[in-house]
Amino acid sequence: MIKLYSLKQHKKDGETPKSGNQRKASAAHLRITKDLNELTLPKTCTTEFPDPDDLLNFKLTICPDEGSYKGGKFNFSFKVGVNYPHEPPKVKCETTVYHPNIDLDGNVCLNILREDWKPVLTINSVIYGLQYLFLEPNPEDPLNKEAADVLQNNKRLFDMNVQKAMRGGVIGNTYFEKCLK
Amino acid sequence: MCDNDHRRWNHLKKILERSSPFCHPDFEPGTGILEFLQNSCKLLVVGAGGLGCELLKDLAMMGFGDVHVIDMDTIDLSNLNRQFLFRRKDVNSSKAEVAAKFINERVPTCRVTPHHCKIQDKSEDFYRNFHFVVCGLDSVVARRWINGMLISLLSYDDNQQLDNSTVIPLIDGGTEGFKGNVRVIIPGITPCIDCTLDLFPPQVTYPLCTIASTPRLPEHCIEYVKLIQWPKENPFDSNIDTDDPVHISWIYEKSLERADEFGINGVNYRLVQGVIKNIIPAVASTNAVIAAACVTEAFKVATSCCPLLNNYAVFNNADGIYTYTYEAERKSDCITCSPRKAKYLDIDDTNMRLEKIIEILCEHQQYQMKNPALTIELDGKRKTLYMPNVPSIELKTRPNLKMTLEQLGIADGCKLLVADITNPRAFEIILKIKNNCVSME
Repeated sequence: MIKLYSLKQHKKDGETPKSGNQRKASAAHLRITKDLNELTLPKTCTTEFPDPDDLLNFKLTICPDEGSYKGGKFNFSFKVGVNYPHEPPKVKCETTVYHPNIDLDGNVCLNILREDWKPVLTINSVIYGLQYLFLEPNPEDPLNKEAADVLQNNKRLFDMNVQKAMRGGVIGNTYFEKCLK
Repeated sequence: MCDNDHRRWNHLKKILERSSPFCHPDFEPGTGILEFLQNSCKLLVVGAGGLGCELLKDLAMMGFGDVHVIDMDTIDLSNLNRQFLFRRKDVNSSKAEVAAKFINERVPTCRVTPHHCKIQDKSEDFYRNFHFVVCGLDSVVARRWINGMLISLLSYDDNQQLDNSTVIPLIDGGTEGFKGNVRVIIPGITPCIDCTLDLFPPQVTYPLCTIASTPRLPEHCIEYVKLIQWPKENPFDSNIDTDDPVHISWIYEKSLERADEFGINGVNYRLVQGVIKNIIPAVASTNAVIAAACVTEAFKVATSCCPLLNNYAVFNNADGIYTYTYEAERKSDCITCSPRKAKYLDIDDTNMRLEKIIEILCEHQQYQMKNPALTIELDGKRKTLYMPNVPSIELKTRPNLKMTLEQLGIADGCKLLVADITNPRAFEIILKIKNNCVSME
């Protein structure tokens, strides 16, 4: 048992504790440094760190090399919070994209970014998850309902819409900016 | 007055000035202990809300003389039913300041010093000052922060023996409706918050696609307005202020519209408030019970008169009264408190280049790394020294390789954060530099 009473009397008269003791790195920093140093990105993905000292905020670019979105270029922002890895990183799509699982404000519907996040998952898992969204858009879990309906009912029209959107064009009431590689 | 004084502390004296079969074996009764409690013992209460008010009142009545309280919040009208140190006129004032003033006026033997700021705004030296800390918080993040801070204050001697005088016990209370818990954490000795992190229930989240296209619950509609409609329409050109009734009303109306659209019943103003503010219903009696248990532990920590709670007690009065105490265990690989041996690296002098350090880490018998990434904290800011596996960072940090430690601002005692595939997690290495000031000649 720690005897605070006698201990602290002693502490009071005694030496002041060393204050040269540097702060321990936070759990989030330990983990993100590890995650990043072990990124094994698919060749379709690149990361960009605006400030190399800030490992908690960065960009990801995905250029799918197959599937409906082949030839496109899509940017995502990652914000890793102090509670990482107990909370998932916040990911937004910064390119307006015609996609059933990404809405026009950049919200992404990917299970591991919300309800299925687990601390054992890494930044790598999230990047692979995002890449998978472009290979296999999922009309069952729509965030952009129009795009999902088209994909479900008419795959050819969907593919044409995707191409049109990526070249820069209007679908429905929305203008999509050109995002070809 | 003297007689009064005697009578007031009589009961405490019975405990502190004589021995009993229930005492801790090491307890030495005496008159100095009460004196210590009243004059020298300095403690910090974190949070001046529902639990905090109870804690402050109990601590003051129990004889503690030097209490600090920290809370970043201001008083809201809805607090007044249970946060009894606050009155109608205090709405919008600092919780810490009003609570301190109330106690100081009411209990002359207790001096409460308020700190109206975030816990993160205070330095190590602030926290180091206290004999122990009592938490009445509503957030896991804040708990973890305090826990991490107290653990970072521990110091170990060269044989990895914990220096007991650096231990600052943490008594943590928590309530949610009719349930509550109390735990006593002796940093470095008993399990810490992060050892038992999985005890906290996960936050309720709904799949985004459900919210967006197939809502079934009233909560789905509210979450939709909060997550999607608000950022899109940005009705008041600001983030959601959960205390602003105008904001809540807007969300309520929009949620109602959406619920009607999908034929969902049950959206009402209170539910909107609950979902948006993440409100956990507060029950005054639960707070009172938990705070009393916390202060009993505080008294035992300060006086050593009885063995402490070992180490986790739960309380539930939803249906009858139920309590249970058990011993949570330390997690051997806890990221925050596992008794990792401090790792050291001996360096000759600060003229050494960073690339040489990396070479040493790769060749060192103990480390034998492959491709380490290095970061360091300088002047309170984290700096990436080198990260080989991320091309954009590698390019920007490559010039560091040719720089000397001195040029990079690295001195004796600095902690390198190192991540490498040879180790399942990143860890810190303390640099021991023999010749620290080579440029002095």
